[in-house]
This record gives sequence, structure tokens and C-alpha cells, in this order.
Amino acid sequence: MKYLEIIFNGIWRSNPTFVLVLGMCPTLGTTSSAITGLSMGLATMFVLMCSNTSISAIKSLVPSQVRIPAYIIVIASFVTMLQMVMQAWLPSLNDALGIFIPLIVVNCILLGRAEMFASKNSVPASLCDGLGIGLGFTFALTLLGCLREALGAGTIFGARIYPEEYGSLLFILAPGAFIVLGFLIAAFNKIRGCEE
Amino acid sequence: MLIYLSIIITAILVNNIVFAQFLGICPFIGVSKKLDSAVGMGLAVTFVMAIATLATWAVQWLLLEPFNLGYLQTIAFILIIAILVQMLEIVMKKISPSLYAALGVFLPLITTNCAVLGVAIIVAQKAMPLGQSIVYAVATALGFTLALVLMAGIREQLELVDVPRPMRGVPIALIVAGLLAMAFMGFSGISV
Repeated sequence: MKYLEIIFNGIWRSNPTFVLVLGMCPTLGTTSSAITGLSMGLATMFVLMCSNTSISAIKSLVPSQVRIPAYIIVIASFVTMLQMVMQAWLPSLNDALGIFIPLIVVNCILLGRAEMFASKNSVPASLCDGLGIGLGFTFALTLLGCLREALGAGTIFGARIYPEEYGSLLFILAPGAFIVLGFLIAAFNKIRGCEE
Repeated sequence: MLIYLSIIITAILVNNIVFAQFLGICPFIGVSKKLDSAVGMGLAVTFVMAIATLATWAVQWLLLEPFNLGYLQTIAFILIIAILVQMLEIVMKKISPSLYAALGVFLPLITTNCAVLGVAIIVAQKAMPLGQSIVYAVATALGFTLALVLMAGIREQLELVDVPRPMRGVPIALIVAGLLAMAFMGFSGISV
């Protein structure tokens, strides 16, 4: 029950994109379509679950003065593994996400969760936190990707919902990313405001 | 010479790191509330980015490539940047306390600034020669400073405006950034 709560907390109450406003670069940079947004979310979730679990497992062995460099090395190792797997099996997706795959290392969500959660909680709880925050991030990226793709190209996950001529290219380009995310966060604030 | 001019204009205006490449958004949103801290952050990033690019360029072409260790790129680069920032902080404190007083607070934030690692990786991927790499890094950082200063100027004015409650803070900043990005798209016609 407690674990379910941790997972749900990551998805909704402390959603990394809408509430904590962390990891903005991949959020804006990889959501020009729903599928790239979803893949980036899943890639980050994989690294986050692995890094949270291992950091929680080694937390008593790491002296607190050098914990940040140690966390960065753990995260960077998993990112390198992910990079190698993607280059081998998903080369086209790897090209589409480009530089944002190695940049998962400097995504503040990962270091933030390591410092705030994994270094203080048990291994299973940290795994659940990684899963919850990862799902929350994936949810945000997929939603943003769907909206931008729908407004810009008239498709969602490649399925056409209205003719292409009516789409506004702006939403697929850089300004659309900022504007759609701005309105999404505002909408989220409004919904949460009503809840409380 | 022309190639350097082309790199500078592309990096600052056409392919601005914040508005076109989406790197360094966290400090762009976080440190753009006041004009003077925006300038300080911009200068600190310029400084670190130039030195980090020099160091990662050397590691990439003198160590990783000759020994076929390309897969260690991500780990090596982030370590170098983290160590470098720490060293800069210590050296700056010792040599120039006034510079440290101005830029010191921004230094720890720069380790996780994805623009620094991003530029190091882009330069390595494009296999730029050393001179071009440094020029590219400095110009990109100046583009970042320009974005930060423009944003800070607008946000200082925005303090006085009655913004609807759910839009306050980050949402309105993102929408302003979107409008700025639209303006910057106008530069995409330039070709040197």
C-alpha cells in the first residue's frame, strides 16, 4: 500500500515536470511528436529506476563528502549502458533523440531524486519512487508530444485526426514547445488549485 | 576567417542554444528574474564553457579516440566538467576574490547545466578543430547570455503586471520564452 502511494505521488502530487519543474531541456527538446516524447520518457525512467535502486543500495558505503560525484558516476554508467543498447537495437530512435540521450546525465530529476529520496530510503521504496517519478515524466512528455503533434501536424502517434493543411507548423518548431508547456503547467496549477 | 564569423553568427542568433536547441533551460528559467544575476550567470557560463570545451576536446582527441574508448565519452566528460568547476572555484577564490564574489554563487549550478556538457558533446560529434571548437563554445555561451539578459529584462517588467493566478511564475515565463523563440526564428534566413 505504501509503495503504491509512493508511485502515485511521483505521477501526480510531485510530478517532475508540472510541479517540480525539473528536466526542462528534454521536455522541450524531444516532444515534437508523441512517439519521441514517449521514448524519451521511457529512457529516462529506465535510468532513474536503475540509478535510484543502486544508489539506495550503496548509500551506507558512500562517505557523504563525495556523495554527489559518486551519484553522478552511477547515473553516467547507466546512461552509457542505455546509449549502447539504443545504438545497437534502436538506431533510428537514437538518431531522433540525438544529444538528449547522453544529456540524461545532467537531467536534474535524476540527481534530485538520488539526493532527496534514494539516499534516505530503502531499496524497494527507491525503486518505486523511480518508477513513479519516471511514469510522471513519461506522462508529461507524452501529453506534450501528443498536443504538439496534434496542433502542428494533425496526427497523434502518426494517426491522422484532421487534414495536414490545417495544422500550424509553429507548434512543432521551438516556440510551440515553450508555449504549449506554459499553458499545460498553468492548466495543471488550475486543476491542483481546485483540488486543495 | 569567414568560417569563424559564420560559426559566431550561427551560434548566437540562428541556432541560439536556448531558443533553438533547448539546452540550459533550467538556469534560463531559474536565474532570469534579475538583470544583474542574469549577467553574472552568463559570464560564469561563458568562462566555464570555454575552459570545459578546451579540456574535453583534448580528452576526446588525445585520449578517447586514440585508445578506442569512445563509449566512455559521457562519463569522462561529466567528470571533467565537475572537477573543472570545482577547481575553478578554488583557484578563483585564491587569485581573484572580487571575481569570485561576482561569479562564485553561480559556479556550483553550472555542473548540472546541460549546455556545458551539450556543447562539449556537439563539438566532439562534429569533429571540429580546436580553434573552431573554442570559438563555437564562446559564441554559444554569448548566445546563452543574450537569451538570459533579454529574458531578465522582460521578467523585471512582468513583475508589475497582473498575471492570472495559475499562470504566475514558470508558465508565463515559458510563454514569454516562446514569443522570444518566435522572434529568434526570424534570424534563420541569415546565411553567411
